[in-house]
Amino acid sequence: MNNNEYQEFVKNYTPHENIFKNALLTFILGGIIGVLSELLLEGYSIYLNLPRKESGILVILTLIVISSILTALGVMDLLVSKFKSALLIPITGFAHSMTSASLEYRKEGLVTGIGANIFKLSGTVILYGIVSVYFFGIIRLILGW
Amino acid sequence: MIYLGSFLYCGIVCMISQIILDNTNLTPGHVTSLFVVIGGFLDIFGIYDKIVLYCGAGALVPITSFGHLLVHGAMDMAGDIGIMGLTMGAFNLTAAGITVAIFLSFVLALIFKPKH
Repeated sequence: MNNNEYQEFVKNYTPHENIFKNALLTFILGGIIGVLSELLLEGYSIYLNLPRKESGILVILTLIVISSILTALGVMDLLVSKFKSALLIPITGFAHSMTSASLEYRKEGLVTGIGANIFKLSGTVILYGIVSVYFFGIIRLILGW
Repeated sequence: MIYLGSFLYCGIVCMISQIILDNTNLTPGHVTSLFVVIGGFLDIFGIYDKIVLYCGAGALVPITSFGHLLVHGAMDMAGDIGIMGLTMGAFNLTAAGITVAIFLSFVLALIFKPKH
């Protein structure tokens, strides 16, 4: 079997992902998550008598708690491998990466395992968030908004 | 109306990320970092506040809102006390989410075993 034949062989067995179908599925699922969180926000602000800003924070906390518990039960990994971005881009992805890292490294000890690796996957979000705070904050202070 | 905005914003952000993931070699880590920076950028002209006004929780849930909240807290504090506010206010609005995520993942790691 020469090189070209081998490439053909590999091509036949590489899974073909339907990009259009993936995008549509992600759009609908992400949208549903957005609508559900808006419903939750209105529910919190009516039943707990909170202003919209505080109930927005409660909505984010609710999603984090749900996602962490589902990750610990092992359900979230299956869901993420199926729906990918629809669950990784909302704040659920942040909680999922943190909980899965700490579950994974638990066996290496409390400090060298959980302590050293808890931010392994989610640290990038915090790092670039803080970098953009300084970058955009200084631009805005110089321009004087 | 705000439900339609929620659906569209959250759906479109997720869809863009899925298209990037399918067509390039970038990992989810790259895409989330990129979206945090975009969220921070949209905050400096007050655009993200308008998006939140029309899209409600649909704009608060995606990771772009994380960047927006970091920059927003820092700029609020900087408005009060000057340039030191950038350092003191950055985590003002996101502190709740990060604290709960860290504490909960520690406690859950003590209780549960990984499943695979």
